[in-house]
Amino acid sequence: MSVQASPTLFMAAAAAVAARSDVVTLKRVARLHVWTHYGGLGEKCGRVRCCWAIGPGWAGTGASPPRRILSGRVTAEVIEHLERLALVDFGSQEAVARLEKAIAFADRLRAVDTEGVEPMESVLEDRCLYLRSDNVVEGNCVEELLQNAHRVVEEYFVAPPGNISLPKQDEQQPFSHN
Amino acid sequence: MAAPMLRGRCLGRCWALACIDSGSRHGRGAATGFTSSGKRGQSFVAQQPLLTAQKSRKGEHKWAAVVGLEIHAQIASNSKLFSGSQVHFAAPPNSLVSFFDASLPGTLPVLNRRCVEAAVMTGLALNCHINKKSLFDRKHYFYADLPAGYQITQQRLPIAVNGSLAYSVCVGKKWRQVITKTVRIKQIQLEQDSGKSLHDELRSQTLIDLNRAGVGLLEVVLEPDMSCGEEAATAVRELQLILQALGTSQANMAEGQLRVDANISVHHPGEPLGVRTEVKNLNSARFLARAIDYEIQRQINELENGCEILNETRSFDYKLGCTVPMRDKEGKQDYRFMPEPNLPPLLLYDTASLPAGADPQQVINIDRIREQLPELPSETREKLIQQYGILPEHSFALLNEVGLLEFFQNVIKETRAEPKKVTSWVLNIFLGFLKQRNLAVNESPVTPSVLAELLNLLDRKVISSAAAKQVMDMKRGNPRAINKLIGLVRKVTHNRADPTVIKEILEKQLSS
Repeated sequence: MSVQASPTLFMAAAAAVAARSDVVTLKRVARLHVWTHYGGLGEKCGRVRCCWAIGPGWAGTGASPPRRILSGRVTAEVIEHLERLALVDFGSQEAVARLEKAIAFADRLRAVDTEGVEPMESVLEDRCLYLRSDNVVEGNCVEELLQNAHRVVEEYFVAPPGNISLPKQDEQQPFSHN
Repeated sequence: MAAPMLRGRCLGRCWALACIDSGSRHGRGAATGFTSSGKRGQSFVAQQPLLTAQKSRKGEHKWAAVVGLEIHAQIASNSKLFSGSQVHFAAPPNSLVSFFDASLPGTLPVLNRRCVEAAVMTGLALNCHINKKSLFDRKHYFYADLPAGYQITQQRLPIAVNGSLAYSVCVGKKWRQVITKTVRIKQIQLEQDSGKSLHDELRSQTLIDLNRAGVGLLEVVLEPDMSCGEEAATAVRELQLILQALGTSQANMAEGQLRVDANISVHHPGEPLGVRTEVKNLNSARFLARAIDYEIQRQINELENGCEILNETRSFDYKLGCTVPMRDKEGKQDYRFMPEPNLPPLLLYDTASLPAGADPQQVINIDRIREQLPELPSETREKLIQQYGILPEHSFALLNEVGLLEFFQNVIKETRAEPKKVTSWVLNIFLGFLKQRNLAVNESPVTPSVLAELLNLLDRKVISSAAAKQVMDMKRGNPRAINKLIGLVRKVTHNRADPTVIKEILEKQLSS
C-alpha cells in the first residue's frame, strides 16, 4: 500500500477550518497540532526521533514546544519506524518527498499564536454524543462475515501465528531514502 | 479482602520484601501505606510485624518493591460498548459480531448508555472525580484479534480520575489486627475489548473469534502504592467485591471478566525507583500474588547479581510458576494516540447543570446515579459489626465467600442463638465443612434452616456441641451418628417416643 501523503488529522481539521474560516477555530486546530504532535498527554514524540529535533525528555503537557530545528528532511530512520508502525510502504523517493511537503504544509499552523487557547479535539465538539439503549439489535451474521475471510476454519477467522516482523532495512528491497 | 486464615506465610514474605530498617524489626508500626503526596522517592511502606525471622546478612541492602496495577473489568451489559451485538460468554464463534465489530468499512461507533452509567457508578464508588467532559481516543497497534487496527479508549481525558480504594490486611497474632490500606486510583476509562485468539501451534496458525471484540471494559488504573503480591491480590479482591455489589461487572476472573496487568519494580529505599516490567496474563486470583512476588524476587536476584532489569513485558507461566518475556512485545510500543474522530466529547451532568427539557434518555445525571448507588462491601461489613457485634475480621470473612453472607443472615433470622455463636459456627464449622468437601455455599446440603434448628437445639442445651457437629456429618449418611441422635431424642422425650418413628422422622428431615 503506497502512501499518497494521506491527510493527517490536523490537516483534515485544517481543511474543515478553512471552510469555516474562523480565526479562533484555526488557533484551536493549531493548538491541537502542537498538543498531539509534541506529546501532550500521549506518548508520541517522546520516543520517535523525528525530523523536528525535539530535545529528549521533553514530555509536554500541552505547553508550547521548544524552538525547533527544522531540517525539512525526513530521515530514513523515521521512515522505517513509520513503516513498521503503520504498515505503509513508502515505495519511492517521490512518496517521501510528498510526505515532507505535507508536513511542511501542516507546520504552517504553528505560525499561529496559541497562547491560552483550548485545543480543539474534534470538529464534532458541538454535536451531541448520542447514547444508545442497551439492547441487542445486531449480530448473528456469521456466514456473511466469513465470506470476507481468506481462510476459515469452522467459523473462526484464520490468521498467522502472532505478528510477522517486517524484515530489517538492509534485508528489504534496496531503496535508498537519501 | 483475603480470608484471615490463609495469609500468614505470604504476609511474612511480604514483610521481608517491604522496606524496614533493623530498628523496627520487633516493633509493630501502624500501617500507613504510601503518602499521597506522590513523591515517589520518599515513599515508604507499611511496616508489618515480624512473622518470620529474617536474618540480615552482613552488608545486605534492603529492597523495596513497587507494584502498580491495571485492571480491566468487563462491563455487565446486554450489548457491546459501541455496537448492538450481544455480550455473552459462551456462544458459537463469531455469532455475536456486528459489522462494526468486524471493522467493516462504513460502520461507526454508537455509545452504549449502560456502559457510561456503569463507569460513573464505579467512579463514584471508588471516590473518584467524575469528569463532566471526557474524550475518546484511538490506540493503534496491529494484532489479528483487533480488526480495526486500533482500540477506542480514553487516554487523554478519561471519565473518572483521582479516586481511592481501601482494602484491609490482617496482621498480628492470629491475624486479629485489621489494618486498612489505601491505594490511589489514577483513572477509570471506558475502552473496547479485543477478540480472542486461539493459537494452533500444530498448523502454525491462529484462530480468531470476534465475539468478545467491542465488549465494554472498565480500565481501572491503580497507582504503584502497593508493595507486594499480597497487597495487590487483596486490593483486587476488594475491587471485585465492589464491582459485584454495584452490578457493573461480574468480575469473574475465571471467565475472563476481570484481567489484571501488574507493573513491578524494585529499588533501595531512599533511592529513585527502578526500571519496571509489566507482567501480563494474570487471570487467576490464586496466581496473582504468586506471580507478583516471583517477579519481585526475580528482579532482586538480577540486580544483586549485577544484571540490569529490562523495561519489558512479561507473561506469567502458570505451570512453571515464573514470569517469562513475551515474544511479540519487544521494544517500547508507540501507540500513536489520536482523538477518535467519529465521537464527540462525552458530556455528563449533575442536577444543577442538567439542561432544561432534555431527553432523559440522552443525558446522564451524576447526582441521580450517586443517589441510587447500592450498598458497598465496606458499608455491609460496618453494618454487620454494628448490628451483630461481630469482629471486623469476621465481617471480612463473611463477605469473602460467595453466598456466605446470605446464608449467615438466613440462619440469624431463624435461630434464637446468639449472633456470635452463629458467626463462629458459620465461619469455622460450616465453612470448614464446605471446604473439606470442596463445595460452594449454594451446593451445601446443610440449609440455613437446618443449621438454625441445630443451633436452637444447641442453645436450649438439648444437644451437645459435639452432637451438633455430628449431625452435619450425618448429611453424608453416617448411620452410627443417626443412631446416636435417636438416643438423644429419646432421652429428651423421656423415652416415650418410638425409636423407629424417630429414625424415620430424622431421616426425612436430614435428607430434605
